[in-house]
Amino acid sequence: MADAIAGVAKTQVTVSVNGQQRTGSVEPRTLLVHFLRDDLGLTGTHVGCDTSQCGACVVTVDGVTTKSCTKLAVQVDGSSVETIEGLADGTNYHPIQDAFWEKHGLQCGYCTPGMIMSARSLLERNPNPAEEEIRHELEGNLCRCTGYQNIVKSVQYAAEKMRQGAD
Amino acid sequence: MFPTSFEYHRATSVADAVAMLAERPDAKLLAGGHSLIPAMKLRLAAPGMLVDLGPVAELKGVALGDGVATIGAMTTYDELRFADGIGAAFPAVVEASSVIGDQQVRANGTIGGALAHNDPAADLTAVFLALGGSVEVVGSSGQRTIDGEELFVDLWTTSLEPDDVITRVMLPMPAGGVRSAYKKHAHPASGYAVVGVAVAIEEAGGVVSKASIVVTGATSKPTHAAAAEAAMAGKPFAGATIAEAAALAADGLEINGDAYASETYRAQLIKVLTKRALEAARNR
Repeated sequence: MADAIAGVAKTQVTVSVNGQQRTGSVEPRTLLVHFLRDDLGLTGTHVGCDTSQCGACVVTVDGVTTKSCTKLAVQVDGSSVETIEGLADGTNYHPIQDAFWEKHGLQCGYCTPGMIMSARSLLERNPNPAEEEIRHELEGNLCRCTGYQNIVKSVQYAAEKMRQGAD
Repeated sequence: MFPTSFEYHRATSVADAVAMLAERPDAKLLAGGHSLIPAMKLRLAAPGMLVDLGPVAELKGVALGDGVATIGAMTTYDELRFADGIGAAFPAVVEASSVIGDQQVRANGTIGGALAHNDPAADLTAVFLALGGSVEVVGSSGQRTIDGEELFVDLWTTSLEPDDVITRVMLPMPAGGVRSAYKKHAHPASGYAVVGVAVAIEEAGGVVSKASIVVTGATSKPTHAAAAEAAMAGKPFAGATIAEAAALAADGLEINGDAYASETYRAQLIKVLTKRALEAARNR
């Protein structure tokens, strides 16, 4: 977006993204998801519906699960953002990533980054959620491939692995 | 999809936000943003400036005591439903804030934003009204309190002045206790209330001393089911009273219909959900 279109001055935002300080110059109307994808090149966060429905863009902002299409980049100035790119430790996947692989929790994979980020927030609050709770907490994440069965199984499997790891 | 251009102001305090609203009639307050930002992306709203209340710490927090629960306007639904004591005092608040939108809405949306937005299919507006809530408001003429009964005017319309900021939400905690519940039929796609019913029942001497039954989703604003409330007064909070009230719950209401749910269907849902909410409250 060119400055000329807006007629509104850009402002500088500084955000900790996956533990790294990142700075960019944005219009007030720039959505967080566009800042992450277009300015920072972090394209793991997807744009699905762009209308706050599908959850493909879910990240955390200061630990709070958030659809990054429904947050302005200027709102997160000074905050800490985590995206799907921040989960793996080198080539070691996060247990939830492993679980989606192991339990076939994805087909096309488009919704997967958001699913995993939402599942991570859920498991932080409740390490042992019932199936009903998993489905309720993931209502804001739409998947058009799997019918959700294997996504639920993936989250249950991840929860089990993470509980074992925590022992 | 992105909004039309606007200026952005990070409020440093309530006074700062009020001053900016007074100076800029084209400004709007940004709370959790989960109604306003989607509306702006669809170009249904195009404010010239957003005044972000996010950094204003004085608007956060929940405190119970002295016969009243005081909730900061920028308290999110998640902060509210997990706050110490809220679940014990007001089960209806927890029930409603657990079924608003999706988990990302619950994590970001705020009680003050919900009340100021007054979406006709919102959940918490009905619970707030049923519990006899009020809001503390600061505007350019100073601070005042607006009773819930005076707050909601019509679809997406409240009695707030353009430069008012809701600062706190107060829910009374009567000495004799109040038994509350919220039941909802959610739209399968949007999650909004097709019909929601909030009930709050107070008893004295073995009979109902105050019955509050408020309908959302079906009406243009949260509305008392007055016929049902009147039917409960002075009677034992028991099965026969509940059945009588539920049968009358849709009487006298102006009910809206749409492609998903006709007026008749919504009237039926009001009766069914009133019965379920009253039964849930009685068992508390």
